[in-house]
Amino acid sequence: MKFITFSGPPSSGKTSVILKAMEELKDKYFKIGVLKFDCLVTDDDKLYDAQNIDSRVGLSGSMCPDHFFVSNIDDCLNWGIRHFYDILISESAGLCNRCSPHIKGCTAVCVIDNLMGINTPKKIGPMLKMADIVVITKGDIVSQAEREIFALKIRQANPDGIILHVNGITGQGAGELAVLIENATQVETLKGKELRISMPSALCSYCLGETQIGMDKQKGNVRKMELD
Amino acid sequence: MKDSVSLENLTIEDLLSIYPYSVEFFDINGLPIDDVNNTVKDYITSLPYVFLEDMGLNQEDLLKRFRAFMSRMKDIREERTFSIRDITILGGRDKNEKLEEIEVKINIGEIICIVGPTGSGKSRLLADIEWMTQRDTPTKRQILIDGSVPPRNWRFSVEHKLVAQLSQNINFVMDICVGDFIRLHAQSRMIDDIEDKTRQIIFHANELSGERFDLNTPLTSLSGGQSRALMVADTAFLSTSPIVLIDEIENAGIHRKKALELLVGQNKIVLIATHDPLLALMGNKRIVIKNGGIQKVIETTPNEKEGLLRLTEIDNALLKYREALRNGQLLDDIK
Ligand SMILES: Nc1nc2c(ncn2[C@@H]2O[C@H](COP(=O)(O)OP(=O)(O)OP(=O)(O)O)[C@@H](O)[C@H]2O)c(=O)[nH]1
Ligand SMILES: Nc1ncnc2c1ncn2[C@@H]1O[C@H](COP(=O)(O)OP(=O)(O)OP(=O)(O)O)[C@@H](O)[C@H]1O
Ligand SMILES: [Mg+2]
Ligand SMILES: [Mg+2]
Ligand SMILES: [Zn+2]
Ligand SMILES: [Zn+2]
Repeated sequence: MKFITFSGPPSSGKTSVILKAMEELKDKYFKIGVLKFDCLVTDDDKLYDAQNIDSRVGLSGSMCPDHFFVSNIDDCLNWGIRHFYDILISESAGLCNRCSPHIKGCTAVCVIDNLMGINTPKKIGPMLKMADIVVITKGDIVSQAEREIFALKIRQANPDGIILHVNGITGQGAGELAVLIENATQVETLKGKELRISMPSALCSYCLGETQIGMDKQKGNVRKMELD
Repeated sequence: MKDSVSLENLTIEDLLSIYPYSVEFFDINGLPIDDVNNTVKDYITSLPYVFLEDMGLNQEDLLKRFRAFMSRMKDIREERTFSIRDITILGGRDKNEKLEEIEVKINIGEIICIVGPTGSGKSRLLADIEWMTQRDTPTKRQILIDGSVPPRNWRFSVEHKLVAQLSQNINFVMDICVGDFIRLHAQSRMIDDIEDKTRQIIFHANELSGERFDLNTPLTSLSGGQSRALMVADTAFLSTSPIVLIDEIENAGIHRKKALELLVGQNKIVLIATHDPLLALMGNKRIVIKNGGIQKVIETTPNEKEGLLRLTEIDNALLKYREALRNGQLLDDIK
C-alpha cells in the first residue's frame, strides 16, 4: 500500500489538492482511502464522499493533536490494509506551526498557499522544512512575481524537496502530483517507524485538566519566558 | 564558488560578504547571528541542544541543510537566464485516441495564439508545455526544448520554470509599495543591477497603462489596468521563464499591442489562449484545437493582417465611446 502524509496550515488547500490528484488517478481504478485528522470539526469527509473516496475522521478534541495523531496512525494504517487500499492518505490541518506528522520512510507532502505571505515559510517549522514534496496552491490569485518570490522562500526553507504548483480549483498541476503519489513509498506497517521530528513535550498540570492560573498550580514540565 | 562543504569553514563574516544571500539561511531557520568571527561549522556545533530541539533539528541536519541551501542558491544564481531557442510540440492523440499527426516548432520571439471551442483542450496544451510532457499525460504529446528532451529534473526546479502566467483574475496581494515590490522580486532573482531594472520596469509599465503611478504607490492601490501593466513589465524584465502564457487579457485596460511587443522584445515566446480576433491576429500563427487534438496550424496571412487594421479601427472607435462614457458625455456624436 502507498502511504502518504499530507499536512499544511488550515484552509491551505489540502483537501482540494488531494481530490484533484485522485481524480487524475481515477482511470487506473486504484482503491483509495483517506484519514482526516482535525481538532474540533471537519466537513472534509463529505467532500471525499462526494467523490466516492472512503474516508475516516479523527478529532483530537481536548487532546494534543500531535500526540493524538501518533497514537492513532498505526491503527489507521492497519485499517487501510484491512480494506485493501492501494493508496492511503492522511490529511492533517496544521496542528501547530512546529510539529509535523511526517514519518521517516513515508512520503510526506506539505500544502501551503500563496496568500500566506512571504514570511510564512520562515514561521512554519518542520512541517514544511522536512517535507519531501511541497505543494503551493492558490497561484491563480496572485501575480507571477509574487509566486516566484514565494517559491524562492520555500526553496530556502526546504532546499532538497520537490516544489510543485497545483491549482486546487482547476486541478492544474494535479496530474504531476498524481504521478508522484503513484511512485510514493510502499508501506506495510508503521510499527517501529520513527517520526521525522519529536512531538512537543508536555505533561504539565494543565495537560491533566488544571484550569486555575498561578505559580502554585504549575507542576511538571513547565517552561518560563524571560521577561525584564 | 567553493564547494558547499568547504563553505562551512568560512567565518560567518566572510560568508556574508562573499555570498550576501547566505543571510537568508540564518533568517529562515531562525538562527541568531552573534559572533561573526566564528566559522559556520563552529557556530552550528555551538548551538545548544534544547534550542535545536525546539526547531526539530539537530546539528548534523542543520549542517546538511546549510550545504543544500548554499548549493541550491548557487544554482539559482547561475541559472539566472534560463534561455532557450525554441520548443517543439510532437503530436500525441486526441480524445478519441486518433493520432495527432503534427509537429509544431515555436521560436523565441514568436506570438502564438491557441483557439478552439470550450473544453477542446486549450488549457491541456498549455499544461503539457508547462510540464514539458514526455508522452506521460493523457494527450501523449512530447515537448522538446532546443530540439532535444529536456532534463527530467527541470520539471520540479524552481530555477527552470519554463512558463510564466499572466491572467485576468490575478491580483497583487502583498502589502508594500511598487518600488519595494520590484526590488524584492529582483533580490529573489539574485540579480545585481536592481536599481536599473526597477527604473526600466516602472517606465514601461507606465507606457502600457493610461494613468501614471510611481515607486511609492502602494501595490494594492493600483487599478486593474495599472496592475496588469506592472505585471507585464515585471514579467518582461524579471521573470526567468522564456515562455509567457496569457489568458484572455482583452478587457485588461492596457495597451495590448505594446504589451505583446514588450514581451517578445525581451526574447520570450508568447502563447495566448483567446477568443478575441484582434489579439488572435497579432500572432504569427494560431494553433487550432479540436476534440483534444491540434487540428491545424494557421499562419496569419497578409490578407488577415490587412483585416487587422480594420479591426483596430473598430476597436479604437469602441475605445472612444468607452472614454466618452467614462467622462459623462453623451454617446450620440463621436467621430
Ligand atoms: N483560488 C484558489 N482557491 C483554492 C485553491 N485551492 C484551494 N482553494 C480554496 O481554498 C479553500 C480551502 O480549501 P481546502 O481544500 O478545504 O483546504 P484544507 O487545507 O483541506 O482545509 P482544512 O482541511 O479545513 O484545514 C476552499 O474554498 C478551496 O476552494 C487554489 O489553488 N486557488
Ligand atoms: N488529447 C486528449 N486526450 C485526453 N483528454 C484530453 C485531451 N485533450 C484534452 N483533454 C481533456 O479534456 C478536458 C478539457 O480540456 P481543457 O480544459 O484543456 O479545455 P479548454 O479548451 O481549455 O476549455 P475552456 O475554453 O473552457 O477553457 C480536460 O480534462 C483535458 O485534460
Ligand atoms: Mg481539508
Ligand atoms: Mg481552458
Ligand atoms: Zn505541535
Ligand atoms: Zn501541559
